[in-house]
Amino acid sequence: MYTATEPSSLGWIPSLIVFLPALGALLLALFPSKSDQAIRFFTLAITIAVFVTLAAFLIFDTGHGLTFRTDEAGMQNVYVQPWIPSFNIQYFMGMDGISFPLLALTAFVSVLAMGASWSIQKHVKAYCILFLLLETGMLGVFMALDFFLFYVFWEVMLLPMYFLIGVWGGPRREYAAIKFFLYTLLGSVLMLIAILMLYFQSDVRTLAKAQPDLVTKLSLPSEVLTEATKEGAPLHTFNIQALAAMGQHTDLFSNKEVLFDGWTIQHWAFILLFIGFAVKVPSVPVHTWLPDAHVEAPTPISMILAGVLLKMGGYGILRICYPICPLGGFDFAYGVCLVGVISMVYGAFAALAQKDFKRLVAYSSVSHMGYVVLGLGVWSAAIADGNPDLMTSSYWNQGIQGAMFQMIAHGISSAGMFFMVGVIYDRVHHRNLDQFGGLFGKMPLYAGLAIPIFFAGLGLPGLCGFIGEVFVVLAVWKFSQVLAIISAFVVILTAGYILWAIQRVYLGAEYKGPHPEALTPLNLREVSIAVPLIIFAVLFGVMPTLVLQYMDKSISLQADQLTAWAREHDEHKSEPSSVPALAQTETLPIFKFTKPTDR
Amino acid sequence: MDFGQVITQVIGDSQQSLWPAVGSGFKPEIVLCITLFVLLIAKCFTWGTRIDLAFPLTCIGLCLSVYVAEPWNYLGDGAPPRTELFTGMLVLDSFTAFFRAILLLSALLLVILTQITGVPDLSDATDFFCLVLGAIVGLCLMASANHALMIFLAVEIASIPSYVLAGLLENQRRSSEAALKYSIYGAGAAGVMLYGISLLTGVLNTAHLPSMAQELATQWPVYEADTRWVLVMGGLMLGVGLAFKLSAVPFHFWCPDVFEGSAAEIGAFLSVASKAGALALLVRVSFGFGLLNVEPMHFPTDTNSRAGMFSVTDKVPSDVSSHNPSESDSLNVTDLNHRLAPTRNFIICLISLVAMITCTFGNLAAYGQTNIKRLLAYSTIAHAGYMMMAVPPALAMATTDASGARYAIAALGMYILTYVFMNVGVFAVVALLRNSLGSEEIADYAGLIRNAPLTVICFSLMMFSLLGIPPLAGFIGKFAVFGALTDGWRSTGSPLLLGLLVVGGLNTALSVYYYLRVIKVMTFDRETDSTRPRPLSVISPLGACYVFAISVPLLAITVMAAPLHKWSLAAALQLF
Repeated sequence: MYTATEPSSLGWIPSLIVFLPALGALLLALFPSKSDQAIRFFTLAITIAVFVTLAAFLIFDTGHGLTFRTDEAGMQNVYVQPWIPSFNIQYFMGMDGISFPLLALTAFVSVLAMGASWSIQKHVKAYCILFLLLETGMLGVFMALDFFLFYVFWEVMLLPMYFLIGVWGGPRREYAAIKFFLYTLLGSVLMLIAILMLYFQSDVRTLAKAQPDLVTKLSLPSEVLTEATKEGAPLHTFNIQALAAMGQHTDLFSNKEVLFDGWTIQHWAFILLFIGFAVKVPSVPVHTWLPDAHVEAPTPISMILAGVLLKMGGYGILRICYPICPLGGFDFAYGVCLVGVISMVYGAFAALAQKDFKRLVAYSSVSHMGYVVLGLGVWSAAIADGNPDLMTSSYWNQGIQGAMFQMIAHGISSAGMFFMVGVIYDRVHHRNLDQFGGLFGKMPLYAGLAIPIFFAGLGLPGLCGFIGEVFVVLAVWKFSQVLAIISAFVVILTAGYILWAIQRVYLGAEYKGPHPEALTPLNLREVSIAVPLIIFAVLFGVMPTLVLQYMDKSISLQADQLTAWAREHDEHKSEPSSVPALAQTETLPIFKFTKPTDR
Repeated sequence: MDFGQVITQVIGDSQQSLWPAVGSGFKPEIVLCITLFVLLIAKCFTWGTRIDLAFPLTCIGLCLSVYVAEPWNYLGDGAPPRTELFTGMLVLDSFTAFFRAILLLSALLLVILTQITGVPDLSDATDFFCLVLGAIVGLCLMASANHALMIFLAVEIASIPSYVLAGLLENQRRSSEAALKYSIYGAGAAGVMLYGISLLTGVLNTAHLPSMAQELATQWPVYEADTRWVLVMGGLMLGVGLAFKLSAVPFHFWCPDVFEGSAAEIGAFLSVASKAGALALLVRVSFGFGLLNVEPMHFPTDTNSRAGMFSVTDKVPSDVSSHNPSESDSLNVTDLNHRLAPTRNFIICLISLVAMITCTFGNLAAYGQTNIKRLLAYSTIAHAGYMMMAVPPALAMATTDASGARYAIAALGMYILTYVFMNVGVFAVVALLRNSLGSEEIADYAGLIRNAPLTVICFSLMMFSLLGIPPLAGFIGKFAVFGALTDGWRSTGSPLLLGLLVVGGLNTALSVYYYLRVIKVMTFDRETDSTRPRPLSVISPLGACYVFAISVPLLAITVMAAPLHKWSLAAALQLF
């Protein structure tokens, strides 16, 4: 999506939010390493400060543009500074209806995960520093609007994550950490190649010729804009908005066939970027790092992984893949949907087969994130073939809304589920599903809080998991009824593994596993983490507009823009092909339905 | 022009080249040589051995050398014009200035490091610093070589001190073995290179690179197949010498053994300074043969009357006129460059192929290493591969898209600049740990984060930087090189450059494991019973400061990338 952006004078404050955790990490380095409790509270204070500042955007209208307006579809609170002018790299940050809910989710989950980090006992200082650096990386990814900057933030997360899994993880943590690093880096390298391809193919001059009004509103540097009006060599850019405008309004990325017949830069870039993001989502077949990483990671890091990191894949597909490479998205719509559906089915079946409680939740993430990919991929225009019914943006709009809602809902339910697994693991130090049972009797409060969270993950109506799934399945129906039926069927599988897990863990006569004496009731800290999650799970389930109102405008704008592009593309496609098609019907009268009286 | 005139001109030219009134000329090298002599003389007197004079003298010499080299003048706006020194033996342009600055900087970093680690003890210090200075003179000459004979001389001036440096650790068999291996291998490579140079000069009737290129351009169509083969063989043999200095596969065999045998400080020198000089020479040779400079050359003497001994314009080979006199007269530089296309393609293919193999081999071979210096040796080999990748796109775009080609050379410059800090830092940590642990086995680093947290954090940052993870400096270099490859592929459509890009990308993913393994051992693992006992303070405070100071640029370079990239671009400005 591309929109007109107005840099605001106080735009540096959102950037400050991004770097506040890093600043906190720097300060933490000065703390004496023995003062564990002080370090923990300081870190918690930083994460809360980030959340509160973001929340303040909603409540207060400062009158300086420092607020988040739900009635505006475009980028808000934009801040632009030149960074490396010889590559036209900008420090370009901003937020819109797609990124703001995810930013809020990141800040929210970070607070809760930090609250859950009290169970971390060794090297608390190092842990907290890495945790804060991780938060900076996550917030940065959702705010960066320059492709180079985006990539930098994307990779910045890798380093703390590697150590957080590798040092504080379970018995096979080294294997899990390196596997996580390797998978993500391979995806990132593919992404880097795509970024470079797009950058060197981009040209602000061509865009300025095609859309002279639009080009001035994309926060491009003024030197580039003055230069763009003259003739000369191509002016490359990393500006994501400008790249999206080029992808939709010029043939810069589609005017050259590469390697295969009919495949253009757009197709290749789409595939490379999609693989890079699919690793993060994660989609089958590049999901295998996830169960290992989740099982080995400590509880709070699992919450972050499932609650935030996976969302970056979906966000990347939505923010980058489709707007910049609509042609690739158009041609591969079916492939993307298939990847989503396979992930859903495979993840659900794999979850059914797990004996490890945490691994089950991890596979449920694979399954649930499949809905996100499916919802994003449901581009009905791609199968419209001239059918005006499908050439509207409404179905796709619904699909994207479903995907976005699913991301937020999954952020809450999966973080909650991992937390609930962590609570019990902290006590009995095992996660074997067959050795649980009877926890309802031993820990009634815990079970009472856990079951709603698991039901939210199940997608029970009235809880947050339901809305996203329904939106996606409804949107799929027009696109492909087979896929819609399969994805509806997955709901039964989900119910199967979640109910079975609840039955094995919480119900039953009595707990027969190891350490029964350790099953103490929840403490206040644990309750205060679980309760907000449940509140939001119920709130979003009952009042989905709470979330949808923020994203609605931005998603509609993107869907409309891409549908307009699809219509144009369709006309272009049908023009040259209409002539031979007509000739064909003339020569083959057998397919012509003519009335006998006409003779 | 009679003999007397020639003599007068040569004398005038040499005077002007040695110590020009304006510009740096040959001044930095002279300052280095003077420092070297002062060091040696100071050692002759008894008072010179009693106090530690060598270190301050060397530092002063290096700083003075940077001062007279004036890189800021050459890399800023209004750089002095490209000048040939010593009747065309050397060329002085912004590229020379850039690489001189990098070489002197790395020498300075190294000298400070050795002072902290104390590897050359007081009695050896003078010899050590003399050898380093001598090698730096050779490396500076490599960066400015403009003549085939000069290439050979420069390589030898740089190599011979390196052989001695490799054997610096007395009474250690491995060190002596390393020195012997290195010198035998080097002697062989130098011999082959000299043979190649003589073949090329024999056929082309000149050893001055631009004249050779002009000769190639005009004569290539009329050469018979045999002559062409001689030229190809000559080019390949010259390439052997370069590949040896670059430690490119298949001439890399010395590298792991020498790195393992010699002190880590020497490893730092060989992997940074030596490599930077070799890359500069690679650019000089490939652009010298593949391209004629469009800009007219300036000479230090005043030269309306100059009938330069090797200058391009008036060199009309006698036999060319017999074939097609009218054509050769009318050819301008653009046409000549067009005619050099086969030479360029040959060089592009050769470098691409070697770069791909070098990079992949280095990364694969690093997997099984248990000794940190051997692992770093293979990592160095892999990095030589990445850096070489910047040359083919530069050469491919040089005639069609000059700005793209400059970006490619600038990418190489950025890469080397970041590489200096990463690799000197890594070897510094290895040297400091060797001093306290007495071991260079990766397994003995287990759980080091508990003994020396700051150093291990800095070391991890350097490793991540070598791997090319943003926001660390290594990423900027890699990004620029990959960008140059993409640009080259886009503008020339050559699948070879796309192949290089893909190989480079995959290699980055390939190299993850072995870099992370070292970090893993240091941070995740615990000490085992077999780990050597450790002193309480593993790293001296001074050493820790050095390591910290050298890892600060790793983050700063990314933030400050704009001016650095501007300088790198300026370095490429006068090259073609």
